[in-house]
Amino acid sequence: MTHSTVEPTPASATPEGGHLLELRDLHVEFRTNEGVAQVINGVSYHLDAGETLAVLGESGSGKSVTAQAIMGILDTPPAFVRSGQILYRGQDLLTQSEEQRRQVRGQEIAMIFQDALSALNPVFPVGWQIGETLRQRAGMSRADARRRAIELMDLVKIPGAAKRIGDYPHQFSGGMRQRVMIAMALALEPKVLIADEPTTALDVTVQAQIMDLLADLRRELNMAMILITHDLGVVAGVADRIAVMYAGRIVEHADVRSLYKAPAHPYTKGLLESIPRLDVRGQELSTIKGLPPNLMHIPSGCPFHPRCPYVQQVCVDVVPHDLVLGDGRTSACHFAQEVRDDSAH
Amino acid sequence: MSDFETVAATENQAARRGPSGEPGTPNQVGAPHKPRSLAGDAWRDLRRNPIFWISLALVVIFTLMALLPGVFTANNPNDCLLSRQHAGPSGGAIFGYDFQGCDTYSRAVYGTRASLLVGALAALGTGIIALVVGMLAGYFGRWVDAVLSRVIDVVLGIPLLLAAIVLLKRVSSDSQWARIGAVVFVLALLGWTTAARVVRSSVITAKEQDYVAAARMLGAGHSRIMWRHILPNSLAPAIVVLTIALGSFIAAEATLSFLGIGLKAPTISWGQDIDTGRIHMREAALPLIVPSTFLALTVLAFIMLGDAIRDAFDPKLR
Amino acid sequence: MFRYILRRLLQMVLAFFGTTLIVYALTFAGQGDPIQALAGERPVTPAQRAYLTEKYHLDATGVGGFFYRYVDYVKNLLQGNLGESLTGRNIGDILQQAWPVTVRLALIALAVAIIFGVSAGVIAGIRRASIFDNSTLVLTLLVLGIPTIVLAPLAQFFLGVKWQLFPPTAGSDPTFYALLLPGIVLGSLSLATALRLTRASVAENLRADYVRTARSKGLVKRRIVIVHVLRNSLIPVVTFLGVELGNLMSGAIITEGVFNIPGVGFNLFRGIRTEDGPLVVGIVSVLVVVYLVSNLVVDVLYAVLDPRIRYE
Repeated sequence: MTHSTVEPTPASATPEGGHLLELRDLHVEFRTNEGVAQVINGVSYHLDAGETLAVLGESGSGKSVTAQAIMGILDTPPAFVRSGQILYRGQDLLTQSEEQRRQVRGQEIAMIFQDALSALNPVFPVGWQIGETLRQRAGMSRADARRRAIELMDLVKIPGAAKRIGDYPHQFSGGMRQRVMIAMALALEPKVLIADEPTTALDVTVQAQIMDLLADLRRELNMAMILITHDLGVVAGVADRIAVMYAGRIVEHADVRSLYKAPAHPYTKGLLESIPRLDVRGQELSTIKGLPPNLMHIPSGCPFHPRCPYVQQVCVDVVPHDLVLGDGRTSACHFAQEVRDDSAH
Repeated sequence: MSDFETVAATENQAARRGPSGEPGTPNQVGAPHKPRSLAGDAWRDLRRNPIFWISLALVVIFTLMALLPGVFTANNPNDCLLSRQHAGPSGGAIFGYDFQGCDTYSRAVYGTRASLLVGALAALGTGIIALVVGMLAGYFGRWVDAVLSRVIDVVLGIPLLLAAIVLLKRVSSDSQWARIGAVVFVLALLGWTTAARVVRSSVITAKEQDYVAAARMLGAGHSRIMWRHILPNSLAPAIVVLTIALGSFIAAEATLSFLGIGLKAPTISWGQDIDTGRIHMREAALPLIVPSTFLALTVLAFIMLGDAIRDAFDPKLR
Repeated sequence: MFRYILRRLLQMVLAFFGTTLIVYALTFAGQGDPIQALAGERPVTPAQRAYLTEKYHLDATGVGGFFYRYVDYVKNLLQGNLGESLTGRNIGDILQQAWPVTVRLALIALAVAIIFGVSAGVIAGIRRASIFDNSTLVLTLLVLGIPTIVLAPLAQFFLGVKWQLFPPTAGSDPTFYALLLPGIVLGSLSLATALRLTRASVAENLRADYVRTARSKGLVKRRIVIVHVLRNSLIPVVTFLGVELGNLMSGAIITEGVFNIPGVGFNLFRGIRTEDGPLVVGIVSVLVVVYLVSNLVVDVLYAVLDPRIRYE
């Protein structure tokens, strides 16, 4: 295994403690009977208080595994953190004891999941599940927890919260269930909220409502948010910055405006071109050729080279470092400059 | 770059890039390095499972014993002398003599035949009923499935031992073959439900496969699709269930014979011998222990064999 | 919830008539001489013949007669009027004496299954693929593969007669101690099944998404397992144990027979041995009803435990 050390980008090289949350060169692998899969290969990104970072990528790109590593809820085995740092307020979470990490969960960093139906326990009423966090973590009494659970359900705009507190998850619609999930995550007023594909399982109309709710709540409660998604459309209105992941690496990192305007990585460019645009008539929608790589046998050099229209011999031979393009933008492509200039019409 | 956007172009491109790729770097991204079939995986697991080998060896030994009992013992199981009642082990009879003065070991060896015969015939009968019912329910679906599934529910809800008691009480004939036939009939009649459910679900799965749809589009009739395309796929899971069922049928036959409503003399059956041995256990223990051990080992062998094969093919719970 | 129970109740009534009809038809229909069928190969005295003819209305003929007799039989069964055995004893009285013993035995067996089976299953499910897990799996397979007609006499011989750890037989008014060994023998099969079911259920639930949610809430691991995982895992286990209680009460024929325990199974055992037709039919009919009722109770229990069914 070639240990590809990715240079810390200038943007993340600010002094210690400067960021609320910072990942440094994180490596996670899955050890299975079939072999070892390198799921995360040196991911570095950061999050400042009050901002929204979108992490974008196909399924299997490692975006959810990164989030689970931050939360410390990876399924071990098969998942093992091989190296790297996860700094929260300057403290490396990976060196902390399980008990210390447990205190961080929910209280400092909370998470909501894709499929609220399976993520909620089917045999307990939703009010009980929201209240459980309060009783167990904040030491609230049963009655106080119940009162607070109703407040939280009101906060996420579940109609008739007081009446629905005794209902079970399967009695709610998909959108309402996701609101319950959000209420539960907000119970301890965390500083960071990780939303892992929060709208993927929902109808399109409901998707927008949930995204708006998340954006409003983030502002009201002054949280920072990591929004994990494979859907570029979801990102545009909500995120401040975007990190694009491919094969367990961050391939491009930029603020939303400049990324949309001129992507500097062929993968991002491909993703953007595969979105139908309302303003162009009769356009030919493009797709990215091929499939994501098998993580047990990641291609040599740039992992994207088998699918890349810009491929040259250097891409097969040399792992590209993050190329700094100014304004805090980076792109892990040997031809980042060309790609960006190509994209900027 | 629009000329690269078709699947064909992608494949061409991958093929072109082939030689330039590094050795050991697969070009077909996403595909596993060395694709292995489910059967291959299962066999690899089975080969390393000692339980599989032990139970297989036992099944082979008991099958040989049923076919050629004379190879395993020189003594005639019906050569009984009351003067030898409960005599201890001696050169001729390694486990001594039973209440009737018969060679305990020899009787246990000869008892294998009836047990395996009943078990195998009952499993065969069960298999036929299960395949027919499961195939019809799974293939035709709709009301056929609804009706047959209710029938399965009802039969499954009948307590096996109680029903067998009621049914077998009616058989008054004491002829050897009439009793074997009756026990086989009763066991098959009550025991086919689990296998039928398994067949039904595998038929439903197979029905959805592309090659079945293709066969249908090519104009193949119902019976041809069922026999040529779906049956082969449903056979393997059915055989696994039937292997386990064979073991429990042997146990059920022995239980019925133990109660005195299954096989009767002159047929030699473990169930009867266990009952006689049990009554006289204070005078001599071997006539109880020997047939008990034979019965337990046979039942275990089939159940463990089926269990091992099923686990290998169903890696969900490992 | 109400509709669910109502539907199950209707299903049970249907199953009751279906099963009793089958039992009845199998016992009486198409026989040359129904009285001889009841009595087996024993000679029938004129007095017995007259009694049986009157009790089962054997003088009515044809299909109409068959159903007339069937309705009569069901009516008697529901009133608890089971008639007399060939030995002239009231079957209702026999059962009345036998039930308490059988229930005690079944409860001991169930307790064995719960105490050892469920707790070992939980541990095996949590520590999947450990030495404990693998050895319990092999052990349960052994237990599942050894028929009761082997286990009961061998346990009686070794633990009762040879090493004298337990009383080998129970006698007419058995103590708890005398019922312990038969209870363990009877419960061993349920124990093995309960263990495997619990293990599979716990292992499956440990991988459920809601466990990840519970962890992300920052709950202690012990609470996640005990409150979240067990509450879900035990739904199928409790259901199984409910069905099993019904089975244990009707399935104790061999165990009660071998250990000489004067319960329902023992009387059935003796009825079969002595070819006492009315006794066998009477007891089987009652056991079928017990079996059906216990299935209904389990369905209701299932609905109580699983809100997804309750609000169907």
